[in-house]
Amino acid sequence: MTNYYNLLLQDIRFKEGLSACMNCGVCTAICPAAEFYKYDPRQICNIVQTRDNEKIEDLLKSETIWYCGQCMSCKARCPRGNAPALVISVLRKLSQELGFFIESEKGRQQFAIKRSVGDNILKIGYCVHVDTVDPKLHPEQGPVWKWYFENAEELADRMGGNYNKYGPGALRIIGEKNLEEVRKIFELTGGSQLHQNIENFSKEKAKLTNTSIENEGINNEYYLHTYIENSNKHQK
Amino acid sequence: MTKNKHYWNQYQKEIADDNYFYERSCIRQSFFPGSETTFLKILREELGKTIIDDPNQHTCTGIGYHSDVVPFDTTMTVCARLFSLMKDAGFKNYVPSCVTSFGVFTEVIETWQNFPEELEKTRNFLRKATGREFDIPNNIVHPSDIIYKYRTELKNKMKYQLINQETGKPLKGVEHIGCHYGKIFSKHAVGGAEFPQVLAGMIEEWGGEVVDYPERRHCCGFGFRQYLVMANRGYSVANTKKKFDSMQAYKPDFVLTNCPGCTMFMDRWQYTIAEMEGITYDDKKMGIPVLTYEELAGLLLGYNPWDLGLQLHQIQSESLLNKIGIKYDPKDKFVGKSGTFLGEPNKPEKLIVDYEK
Repeated sequence: MTNYYNLLLQDIRFKEGLSACMNCGVCTAICPAAEFYKYDPRQICNIVQTRDNEKIEDLLKSETIWYCGQCMSCKARCPRGNAPALVISVLRKLSQELGFFIESEKGRQQFAIKRSVGDNILKIGYCVHVDTVDPKLHPEQGPVWKWYFENAEELADRMGGNYNKYGPGALRIIGEKNLEEVRKIFELTGGSQLHQNIENFSKEKAKLTNTSIENEGINNEYYLHTYIENSNKHQK
Repeated sequence: MTKNKHYWNQYQKEIADDNYFYERSCIRQSFFPGSETTFLKILREELGKTIIDDPNQHTCTGIGYHSDVVPFDTTMTVCARLFSLMKDAGFKNYVPSCVTSFGVFTEVIETWQNFPEELEKTRNFLRKATGREFDIPNNIVHPSDIIYKYRTELKNKMKYQLINQETGKPLKGVEHIGCHYGKIFSKHAVGGAEFPQVLAGMIEEWGGEVVDYPERRHCCGFGFRQYLVMANRGYSVANTKKKFDSMQAYKPDFVLTNCPGCTMFMDRWQYTIAEMEGITYDDKKMGIPVLTYEELAGLLLGYNPWDLGLQLHQIQSESLLNKIGIKYDPKDKFVGKSGTFLGEPNKPEKLIVDYEK
């Protein structure tokens, strides 16, 4: 049987993030996610430290590991210098490698993030760009954002930008040679494999649930499902 | 006093005094392009510094890394490519515009220092993927560190102070530090994680008064995946609301931030809270203006507010401009690069955006 603890140890951040946790609970006390969600980083560190394989597998399939907001407040406060947020990040990585992330509603959202931020990085060299923040999917951005979105070149360039043009400056086009090197880095270092895992397992889940999914982009039923679905069972 | 000074020295960091390599932020250049422009302008034209804006740069992957769609090996190697661009340009002082990037770079370098085999692995990855070599920067600081370092020199050039023109009293500013500036490695923050001084130092030096309030160090609520996915945004807005509920009693005139996400969320979530709950946090139902440190410095230096990009905020800033005594042309507010009037944004239903004195 797969030893999940040994797999976690293969990520250097697990060694950086967890050493002899004494379960004081300061991380939970300071954690914004623990205030909002049914979430307890102290408990997660405790489970991982027990090395109980079944309990770690349950974690990898759970909603719990997806509640952290990665603010790293836990790192600043832990008296042992641990970083539960790093432990969470390693658990999430393993969950995606093994395909366990599709077992939870919050885990399945990784597909929506891969199809937006993940694909943006490889296509345009930005995690986020004005053109990718569509007001229809971001009503919280308000009417000023819609006005800016519709007049991006006029406004960004007035403020010294270089919107969708070559050369230096804000919002410039990032040249193909640069993008090609970034893509090669992704291929060599596991970034592309992670993306492929997210795609493959998500397509399996879409098939199981009779939800339509396209090979690219965000205009498909499964994307919208993972972007919008909220069972409202997560909060305290 | 001497004893206290000794302790304070432990909370300082080295900030290089010239010759910087600038790395742009995905969020900042998208949401507040005027702030990045203004930072470069202040360094070059006000302070006479050399700073490079290389067109070959790209994302550090930070938002993807913290939302777990980019593995750490990939992030380390992408950062190494950015360092190789700095090496090509002949610079050694790295200045990432974004607080998330600043946190990523400090994490990567700390990992390389603690685990030299990770550094060697990254060098091999970069060499094999691109044929490039890189050096670890001598100095890595956030742009807010540099503005903080030169706050007195800038004060001497400023046309305005953070003084209410009607009352003659200091304006009250809430300072909000991005979590990844000091919470990951406190030694990289001016004042550490406990006493961050980087923004408070600017407000005090430029005539204002810093508001202390219970939730001063609470996260703005970005939360990476907690905002990127629509279903999770309750987390994000709830955290911002907690901060504004806590600061309201102190009647701040403005909020000052050093993180692009925080600036955007503390601005946009005020709009959302107003529209959903009918709650605003000022007495005119216009909200509390949220500024970047470059926008504030630029305003006090006398730059045109509409070239700085204040009209791209959902919470409008005229209330603050009037308090400081800044002159502005209302007709210029909605004009683009070509000089064309672009029309005005639609009005929210509850949040007031037209200033009436």
